[in-house]
Amino acid sequence: MSDDTNKRDDELKDSSGSRVSRRSFLSRLGATGVAVTAAPFAAAAQTPIAEPQGVTEAAEKIEGAIPVSLKINGKAYELTLDPRTTLLDALRESITLTGTKKGCDHGQCGACTVHVDGRRVNSCLTLAAMHEGDEITTIEGLGQPGNLHPMQAAFVEHDGYQCGYCTSGQIMSAVALLKEPCGPADSDVKELMSGNICRCGAYPNIVAAIQQVRQQA
Amino acid sequence: MEMFKFTRASDVPQAVQLGARSTTAQQGAEVRFVAGGTTLLDLMKLDVERPTQVVDINRLPLDKVERLPDGGLKIGALVRNADLAHHPLVKSEYAVLSQALLSGASAQLRNMATTGGNLLQRTRCMYFRNDAMPCNKREPGTGCSAIEGDNRTLAILGASKDCIATNPSDMNVALTALEAVIHIQGAKGERDVRISEFFLVPGSTPHRETVLEPGDLITYVTLPAPKAGSKQVYLKLRDRASYEFALASAAIVAEVSNGKFSYVRVALGGVGTKPWRSLEAEKALIGQPVAETSFRKSAEAALHGAHPQSENGFKIELAKRCITHALTLATQTT
Repeated sequence: MSDDTNKRDDELKDSSGSRVSRRSFLSRLGATGVAVTAAPFAAAAQTPIAEPQGVTEAAEKIEGAIPVSLKINGKAYELTLDPRTTLLDALRESITLTGTKKGCDHGQCGACTVHVDGRRVNSCLTLAAMHEGDEITTIEGLGQPGNLHPMQAAFVEHDGYQCGYCTSGQIMSAVALLKEPCGPADSDVKELMSGNICRCGAYPNIVAAIQQVRQQA
Repeated sequence: MEMFKFTRASDVPQAVQLGARSTTAQQGAEVRFVAGGTTLLDLMKLDVERPTQVVDINRLPLDKVERLPDGGLKIGALVRNADLAHHPLVKSEYAVLSQALLSGASAQLRNMATTGGNLLQRTRCMYFRNDAMPCNKREPGTGCSAIEGDNRTLAILGASKDCIATNPSDMNVALTALEAVIHIQGAKGERDVRISEFFLVPGSTPHRETVLEPGDLITYVTLPAPKAGSKQVYLKLRDRASYEFALASAAIVAEVSNGKFSYVRVALGGVGTKPWRSLEAEKALIGQPVAETSFRKSAEAALHGAHPQSENGFKIELAKRCITHALTLATQTT
């Protein structure tokens, strides 16, 4: 999953000539700074993204770290986390499922929207430790290149984004909306999508994409 | 965010026992229960809340909506706002509550936020949320930055010289109009508190917002049996059409007999330091004909004691029009 994400990133060549993705480049760059500042959360980020098992080792050194079992996109993860870790940070920093985005980190923008037991929630406002036993679905669990979820395909078809930062949250929200009570009108969709902010202003195309999927369903 | 010990409560007595270790259940509590987390995590990230122990109560069996033998409704403290809003009994018999819930927050937040948590939702006053600023609610005795500051969204009813923060909840306004009762399990046993007595006005102790004591856990909320054929409306006025807190809102529960109000409850949101029941508005309506002159008199009575700040004088007229329009809408519905 994250490999696919990395492949889509702009690939660069480092000084040794090996190909590095934009994300792994930034990750290595960040690790240097993190080691100096040594903030509690950052301990998990010191480890290069390709070695998730190292994350656990780093986290175990945090005083008060707790074991947390999570089920994400059908796969079980045994983690050792600082209890302050939000579900969002666990997804991005510990499991490297970076499709879920951190926007405001205060439940105001919707970029971090994921599904917990099929319901959309803001993953920034809930602790990872509160979700043992829950079925968590992220954008990576929804569809894949070549096998897109109908909502992902509709967002592509209708150009439901510009910069794309809010897009995974918009799509997770829109997919959950399909199972919620919602009237037929565009205004009904807008009301139920009001928790997902798009600063590029792609709203008309987002609504068109959602309405197309609803009409096909 | 400060470090804390995370504990998952396995039953209500254990949660109460853990909560009772706190020296206060109000601002500055060392032990906090977490359910949806939508207020608590937000404020912990801002260092406004700094619990040393967080008790996860999500596994407690408090997530049911049940009909009571007397015809009323029992709502578990962990019932999510979205589930409550869409519950068939709430939609059909307590429409004002469904409307209020759906007017609040976003679909994601409504999936997370709980009935008990929403009762304890904290103010959106920017000075309360910014720990660099003096705030009597956050740090007693430091002063109120809002009185001489940015107070456009703050309270015109129930304020004091120490605090003018608004209660931000929509749900609480509907529960006030419905005369809900809050059931609490505490260190000294169970007790029931009427919603009119649950919230405190700030006075000289704005850090005390409710009657809750250390260990107190809201277990459920009950509503009295619905008034047959009652007319109910929640009207919310705000700066944008969705996902915004109220500048003024009104919850109406009314019965009309022979063209006159035989029963009415009026509660206001967005204008008070607590969910604001207006006995004055109700008194002005009872026995009066369903007519705009009655609505306007009621609205005038409700705002008679309002005290505007430097930037929120507009709320007095806005709240009056909100009440008038809400009564108009309520009495139009069948």
